[in-house]
Amino acid sequence: MSNSVTPNQAMAGSNALEIPNVSKRRMVTDHVMTALSVSAMFLVLAPLLAIFGYLVYKGVGSISWDFLTQTPKPVGEPGGGMANAIEGSAVILGLASLLGIPVGIGAGIYLAEYGRGGYLGFIVRFVSDVLNGVPSIVIGIVAYSLVVLKQKHFSALAGGVALAIMMIPTITRTTEEMLLLVPSQIREAAFGLGVPQWRTTLSITLRTALPGVITGVMLAFARVAGETAPLLFTAFGNQFWNFNLNQPTAALPLQIFAYAISPFDEWHKQAWAGALVLIVMIVVAVSAVRLAVSRGNLRGAH
Amino acid sequence: MGVSIQVKNLNAWFGKKQALFDITMTAAANHCTALIGPSGCGKSTFVRCINRMHETIPDAKATGSVKIGEVDAYNGTSAPQLRRRVGMVFQKPNPFPTMSVYDNVAAGLKLNRFRSNAKQMDEIVERSLKNAALWDEVKDDLKKKSGASLSGGQQQRLCIARALAVEPEVVLMDEPCSALDPISTGKIEDLIFQLKQNYTILIVTHNMQQAARVAEYTGFFLLGKLIEFEKTTKIFTTPSDKRTEDYITGRFG
Repeated sequence: MSNSVTPNQAMAGSNALEIPNVSKRRMVTDHVMTALSVSAMFLVLAPLLAIFGYLVYKGVGSISWDFLTQTPKPVGEPGGGMANAIEGSAVILGLASLLGIPVGIGAGIYLAEYGRGGYLGFIVRFVSDVLNGVPSIVIGIVAYSLVVLKQKHFSALAGGVALAIMMIPTITRTTEEMLLLVPSQIREAAFGLGVPQWRTTLSITLRTALPGVITGVMLAFARVAGETAPLLFTAFGNQFWNFNLNQPTAALPLQIFAYAISPFDEWHKQAWAGALVLIVMIVVAVSAVRLAVSRGNLRGAH
Repeated sequence: MGVSIQVKNLNAWFGKKQALFDITMTAAANHCTALIGPSGCGKSTFVRCINRMHETIPDAKATGSVKIGEVDAYNGTSAPQLRRRVGMVFQKPNPFPTMSVYDNVAAGLKLNRFRSNAKQMDEIVERSLKNAALWDEVKDDLKKKSGASLSGGQQQRLCIARALAVEPEVVLMDEPCSALDPISTGKIEDLIFQLKQNYTILIVTHNMQQAARVAEYTGFFLLGKLIEFEKTTKIFTTPSDKRTEDYITGRFG
């Protein structure tokens, strides 16, 4: 009994003085926790700002109209640009999105709406998580043996396939998670109106989860946009314009890699500029999609 | 016009656990029938068997016969076809959160590929909202306001309007007022009185006064069995079963 205090005892007499102390301790704890989470936020932000700031500092001087519109010049000749690599990156990423997004969202829908408790669902979920952890160079080898060896030459298509494979697991799992967040009452409301399941899934459940699904897609997109390893022996790189999906194609990460390890100062500067352009491209693409999606939504709709 | 709901020897299971035992009853056309009983007695399961919502739960199954007018619910009809005849209003208001008030009401028709021009659709939406006594409150920004931004009571009436827009023959209501305040509840009850003229209504409620107010017939469920099914006036004044009497006088449940 000695160390148990009933509420009545705690309220009574001399103990009443302790109440302000307790609330003071709570205030201090509250402030400490707030300060800790704010500083954690800065720790997260600092590397990002540092990288971006350094990129601007190093790269912005080399960005010119020529850089954005010309192909690389031979060693020793000044000038030239990465226009073909910017175009190539756009083509490869577009192709990867075209292949990867439908497959990823489709698999996510299967996991959340059809294969929830099933054996196949378990396997798909497991394989997708493992695929997420496979090193990107291995994915490159897979695309190499699937596409390059069959075609007997490097191509934008092979690069697109490699990046698509990398996008799928992220998209699949976020789509699944986001669909599971949609309350079952919303599905039942649609079923109750006589809407068949496939239509409910596409027009109601996926529509409701769309902002989250888009986030997953954009995460996957941004992640593969900077990938170099899987493109080394798939898209391969190219010093000239190429608009043929079946030909070796330049890509920004490849060009940055090639220039950064070269012994020439001029190329180093161009590599910095290329990295800056790549980041800006990702930011623009992600913001554009976000803007487009938020326009279609009603205010206060979530 | 409403049609009757005829249920014969209905049994329902969740996995191995039987939830409904041999239910037989008929809800008369253009009347309101209330189902009362303690939590977990199978009222909601029963209602969900009528529009085959029960079978959307994994491992759940049902046997017996349910007829909506002349249509056999379990034979020769697909679940989506059946549900277009049987509107349902749920316990918690569940408007589609990404849609405007207008689109919520039009959803049933649009998603079922009902072809109509904009003018027809406007008329259907207006009529449904008027029938659900919501028109005056939302008519000014039908297409701008999200369904989810309405108050709880308005949302529930929006859900009723959404169910009415597909022109069902019967309307099932699964505790439609349990999440609402007394004023909103009053509005929904007034609404039920008007809806009876055109629809058959089956309402599940925990509130016995509500059953007494809105329903001509009342069924009392206990442990998955239909104990008594009678005229409301009879069941609340001179119930024939001891268990019904114990429940309505508050001795248990």
